[in-house]
Amino acid sequence: MAEQERTQRSSDRTDSKSDHSEVETAGSAEEIGERIDDLLDEIDTVLEENAEEFVKNYVQKGGQ
Amino acid sequence: MALRKVLGTETEFGITVLNQSGFNPVVASSTVVNAYAGSRSRVRWSFDEESPGQDLRGRGIVEGPVIDFESALVNTVLTNGARFYVDHAHPEYSSPECSDPLAAALYDKAGERVLVEAVAAAQQLLGPDERMVIHKNNTDGKGNSYGFHENYLIARSIPFDEIVKQLTAFFVTRQVFTGSGKVGSENGRPAVDYQITQRADFFEEEVGLETTLKRPIINTRDEPHADPARYRRLHVIIGDANRSEVQTFLKLGTTALVLDAIEDGALTEAVELVDPVHDVWSVSHDPTLRYSMATATHGRLTALEIQWKYLEAVREYAVAKGVDAIWMTVLDEWETILVDLDQDPLSTADRLDWTAKLRILEAYRARDGLSWKHPKLRLLDLQYHDVDPGRGLYQRLVDRGAMRRLFSDEQVELAVTEPPEDTRAYFRGACVLRYPDALVAANWDSLIFDIGEETLKRVPMMEPLKGTRNLVATMLDASPNAATMIRALGGNDG
Repeated sequence: MAEQERTQRSSDRTDSKSDHSEVETAGSAEEIGERIDDLLDEIDTVLEENAEEFVKNYVQKGGQ
Repeated sequence: MALRKVLGTETEFGITVLNQSGFNPVVASSTVVNAYAGSRSRVRWSFDEESPGQDLRGRGIVEGPVIDFESALVNTVLTNGARFYVDHAHPEYSSPECSDPLAAALYDKAGERVLVEAVAAAQQLLGPDERMVIHKNNTDGKGNSYGFHENYLIARSIPFDEIVKQLTAFFVTRQVFTGSGKVGSENGRPAVDYQITQRADFFEEEVGLETTLKRPIINTRDEPHADPARYRRLHVIIGDANRSEVQTFLKLGTTALVLDAIEDGALTEAVELVDPVHDVWSVSHDPTLRYSMATATHGRLTALEIQWKYLEAVREYAVAKGVDAIWMTVLDEWETILVDLDQDPLSTADRLDWTAKLRILEAYRARDGLSWKHPKLRLLDLQYHDVDPGRGLYQRLVDRGAMRRLFSDEQVELAVTEPPEDTRAYFRGACVLRYPDALVAANWDSLIFDIGEETLKRVPMMEPLKGTRNLVATMLDASPNAATMIRALGGNDG
């Protein structure tokens, strides 16, 4: 019974998701891509300058 | 009947000072804690022995406690009831006691805000080129881990063996929604590109007392900070520090509900893992969530399949019992996260740190053609956890609306100064605010006052659900100073 309910819930989800993507235009994948590109550009501006140096020097004492 | 859960979190933060020759993490940690405390009233932490069986409301005031000022130096108590101090070589924030997982997630988030303000204060004491950086993470990626701990008040009457039997598989498998994500592996574990948690590689025992080496899945530390005849504090060390508010809420809420169900004897059919320590690593090492583990009771199961079993048993228990709305929210969020993880782990990137981080890493790999070994990926991994609102990548996602939040900035800001109202943290925080000069020391279960008499006065608080606003606000309002408050408490028969 519980197993059935779970499958039911999962398939509800699948349906609602696929409906959703049909409603959205094909452009949405591009939009997501653009948003990610935009995010990476923003991260580039705040990322610590020398990755190798920063990572190498980041040493912590063990704790709990 | 299961106890009303009192819960809280402890976070040891990673600390470094850039461009500082001879950087010493203990000195830096002391600097950041003292800089924060220095601008506020200063109350020390007391390691005084407690007397059991007494509580806040009357008859319990103890004369002449002794304070070890040496060890109390880099310890402070905040007006929100939290403790902010140096533990080992890290600044640590221990949240005040809360009575539900939403409040506990809020006070956990407030701890990040405390560190942001503390760094701003400490920065004034550093050289012009030096910059202090604080990470809410659990490892340096080089084999050194530091903790995030959860605490849950549970009934002393539950046999500890039962807790171990019922909780082990839950802890091993909840990693799929408690992990903060990590590039690579450490501590001699097999090489992986990316794994779900920061901490899994450091777990080596099933049950034990250790917290700094040979870490156990179930920690047996027995220090209730409350009446030991009635209570046990379950000290959970197998969890990552999370930046995501939803994730902290889920981690605490699901665990508290499972504990409730155990206390009420509602979990009858335990899933017993054949090799739980190995499974901790293997679950964490498989971001596709397909790893299946051998059980002695149910054949081979994946982490998600085991989580479904817990969810179904706990939901049945909670519905039959008629739990408060907040716990139904926990169940709904729990179910949604399992459904989403089942379908596409990356669909949880608005709620879980490990998938949010993985999405950034994969995007960088795609754009710049980076191998998993590239130092830039390790830097992105680290910087996700930087608490600085400008530099931290988690915060960049929040600012773009890419992470679901549970709290407004105003709520978090308020939780930095105001204590929870429905636990003894209220009394502790209120006394720090109202009687800073007379309150000479505090700890989880007592406060020590100097009211100008020959001996110090200790007020025990052995009941975590007393000292609430309802119980003490009127008395505090009527007490212009600590001496009148102590007299009111002493003469109080309630």
